[in-house]
Amino acid sequence: MAFAAPKETYSGKVYEVTIGTEKTAVFGGENVLPFHSFEGTTPNKPVIAYEIQDVSPDDWPETVKNVYAGVSGDPVKWAKYCQDELKADAIALRLTGTHPDRNNRSPEEAAKTVKDVLSAVNIPLIILGSNHTEKDSSVLVMASEAAKGRNCIIGKAQEANYKTIAAAAMANNHKLIAMSELDINLSKQLNILITQMGFDKEKLITDPMCSALGYGLEYTYSVMERIRLAALSQNDATMQPPMVGDVGMYVWKIKETQAAEAELPQWGSLEERGIAWEVATAGALLISGIELLIMRHPKAVDAVRKFISEIS
Amino acid sequence: MALTGVEIFKLLPKTNCKKCGHPTCLAFAMKLAQRQASLDACPDVSEDAKRVLGEASAPPIRAITIGTGPVAVKVGEENVLFRHEKKFVNPCAFGIEVKDTMPDEEIKGLVDAVLNSEIDRVGQKLRIDTILISNESNDVKKFEAVVKTVSEKAPQVPLIISAKDPSAAEAAIKLVADKKPLLYGADDSNAEAMANIAKKYKTSLGVAADGLDALSVLTEKVKGLGVEDIVMDSGARTAKDIIEHNTLIRRAAVKKNFKPFGYPVITFAQNSDPMLETLKATLGVTKYSSIIIMSNIDKWKNLVLFSLRQNIYTDPQVPMQVEQKIYSIGEPTPDSPLTITTNFSLTYFIVSGEIENSKVPCRLAVMDCEGLSVLTAWAAGKFTASKIAQFIQESGVENEIKHRELVIPGYVAILSGAIEDKLPGWKVVVGPREANGLPAFLKSRSN
Ligand code: B12
Ligand code: SF4
Repeated sequence: MAFAAPKETYSGKVYEVTIGTEKTAVFGGENVLPFHSFEGTTPNKPVIAYEIQDVSPDDWPETVKNVYAGVSGDPVKWAKYCQDELKADAIALRLTGTHPDRNNRSPEEAAKTVKDVLSAVNIPLIILGSNHTEKDSSVLVMASEAAKGRNCIIGKAQEANYKTIAAAAMANNHKLIAMSELDINLSKQLNILITQMGFDKEKLITDPMCSALGYGLEYTYSVMERIRLAALSQNDATMQPPMVGDVGMYVWKIKETQAAEAELPQWGSLEERGIAWEVATAGALLISGIELLIMRHPKAVDAVRKFISEIS
Repeated sequence: MALTGVEIFKLLPKTNCKKCGHPTCLAFAMKLAQRQASLDACPDVSEDAKRVLGEASAPPIRAITIGTGPVAVKVGEENVLFRHEKKFVNPCAFGIEVKDTMPDEEIKGLVDAVLNSEIDRVGQKLRIDTILISNESNDVKKFEAVVKTVSEKAPQVPLIISAKDPSAAEAAIKLVADKKPLLYGADDSNAEAMANIAKKYKTSLGVAADGLDALSVLTEKVKGLGVEDIVMDSGARTAKDIIEHNTLIRRAAVKKNFKPFGYPVITFAQNSDPMLETLKATLGVTKYSSIIIMSNIDKWKNLVLFSLRQNIYTDPQVPMQVEQKIYSIGEPTPDSPLTITTNFSLTYFIVSGEIENSKVPCRLAVMDCEGLSVLTAWAAGKFTASKIAQFIQESGVENEIKHRELVIPGYVAILSGAIEDKLPGWKVVVGPREANGLPAFLKSRSN
């Protein structure tokens, strides 16, 4: 029996998204499953954005906090460090300090931070709220305005607050992350609701909600695979925006990235364990369909970049 | 290719005699199609039907077992391409390579690491499953000696004997044949001799080819020589080749019923950069490798890969669950605290682990929420005040304890008032949100 390679051709294609102005980053555009370059086109590699915050990352574990010790007190310094020293392709600025339980910073303060960061760097910026749905809708509106003309990504619009956030992203010509909670139908529905407002579906980025390895990763993994299959084999336009994985945030809060080796000798070195946790979470999600990653540890980012080059 | 219920029905005696325990032959056929019954239940089925059904119900990828006894590993038997379609069946095996050119100390260190690799995670005992011993030296005596050392030091661990030279292969296999090792290294040049060794010593055979065309020819050749238990190496070593070869192999086997690829795949994920090795192994776990060989097995890497394998190989329909009951942690007295959580395995093991860490004896009430985590169960209406109250009352825990205090997870603090309303005489205490806050919380309360 001679072997005839069972290659698949799909009717659908993932939208290609470009972010930034001076220096840009491009992702998506493929018409096959992730890294299946042997049967279709995969014009762009996935992009990794370094996560920074508007407040110092007191709640990050030592392993990753120490990396940014000299710069993390100031988002502008932090951003420049990522751009100049770490050669980041993009930055994700999380406005953690606006959360009512954190520093409860005002939308105006957030907008100023955004402006300051944008004037210091020329790589693309992703602007994230604090994930407080109510507060985000005021914070992200002002942040969108502050970033007008810079072709950023604004996130995250959720079922409870998408209207104001999508309107602001649209008015200021940004891309938008639509996040729903680990359910393909919810994700599809939110994309539909947002495009019904007149938002261009080719400017959307889907966040089906991330989870860390060992903590529900299998759900994110399978929802992403199903979204990608719907986009490609059913040519379902509502599922064709590229996907983002907010990996660092989920990984660096679990016990496996924090517990000392002395406490749990069977788990081995804490430093490597934490990095590898971020690496493997990102790796598995890349294979299931992510085009844009948000990560924290430079060594994890480097390893994932090398892997992307090897598999592309 | 799986048959439909109606196709199976056509092969049955059609007497509706009910001996199989089903009202009609058709009902039995439907159960067979769903793999919820076994053909053995029908005493009257013809030999011919047995053969046809047997072939049709065989999984498209053959099962291969390496080793013997309780730590033998079984791989293969997969039916699907994507885990959301149906559970992936046999978790891939992780192995480490020991080269016969390594210094003794290094070999001993690696074997020790394998022996000490067991980790308990979410109630499962996981370990490095196999050691691959390779004849790098091309020296038969040296190879024999190393195989001997390893098998004496780790008598239980399933072995893969890797050699290209049939005389080295036979010398080594002879020593460990009773442990049912996998013999790896049959290629175009030595296939006959290797197949003969595999047959003589009744081992499975790993074949190595350069590319998919050559691989399909090779597996057919080996099968023609009388070896059925085959493991395949397509020669893929880069991540790009691994995803391409593994995907095409799995598709051909599962969707096209292409017999030459109906065997498990072995992947060599070794890389000098341990993070890159972790990523290549990640690729193997998610995309269809059945055996993954690594160069070293740092503990942190094992934990990462065991967790990933567990995630990918869980049943997408049924979360891992534990039994609903009141668990005793330490030796609780009638005054010890009573805590509550849901029956999602991950939740239970994290919480019970932290209670153990606290060294404060406790009762942990684990409530059946269909295997959902605390917040998910709460959002789904399964971890509600009235259900919690009913569970506590029916559990009989009130007879075991003197106090009437229930510690609930911090994330569901919102339930505390409602639970007190439904459980007259009880006081609800809101615990920390994350389980890792439990040791400090319990210690401070026990003083
Ligand atoms: C995986 C997941 C799912 C899986 C289910 C997995 C499972 N087996 O439970 C699926 C996809 C099915 C799912 C579905 C839903 N989900 Co869900 N899901 C998650 C996710 C990503 C992880 C859950 C998990 O595994 N956590 C890990 C376990 C170990 O956590 P845990 O049980 O809470 O235990 C921790 C603590 O509570 C504490 N703890 C536990 N017990 C105890 C006991 C005591 C005494 C103490 C002190 C502490 C303590 O310790 C543990 C570790 O620190 C979370 C988001 C997140 N990252 O948490 C959302 C999340 C729980 N889901 C959510 C929602 C809304 C839903 C849905 C209703 C939405 C939907 N998509 O339809 C459905 C409901 C399910 C249903 N059947 O209807 C929301 C809940 C919102 C809220 N605050 O109430 C969350 C928080 C997502 C979000 N909004 O960010 N979900
Ligand atoms: S035992 Fe066999 S013949 Fe009898 S009803 Fe069942 S399937 Fe039909």
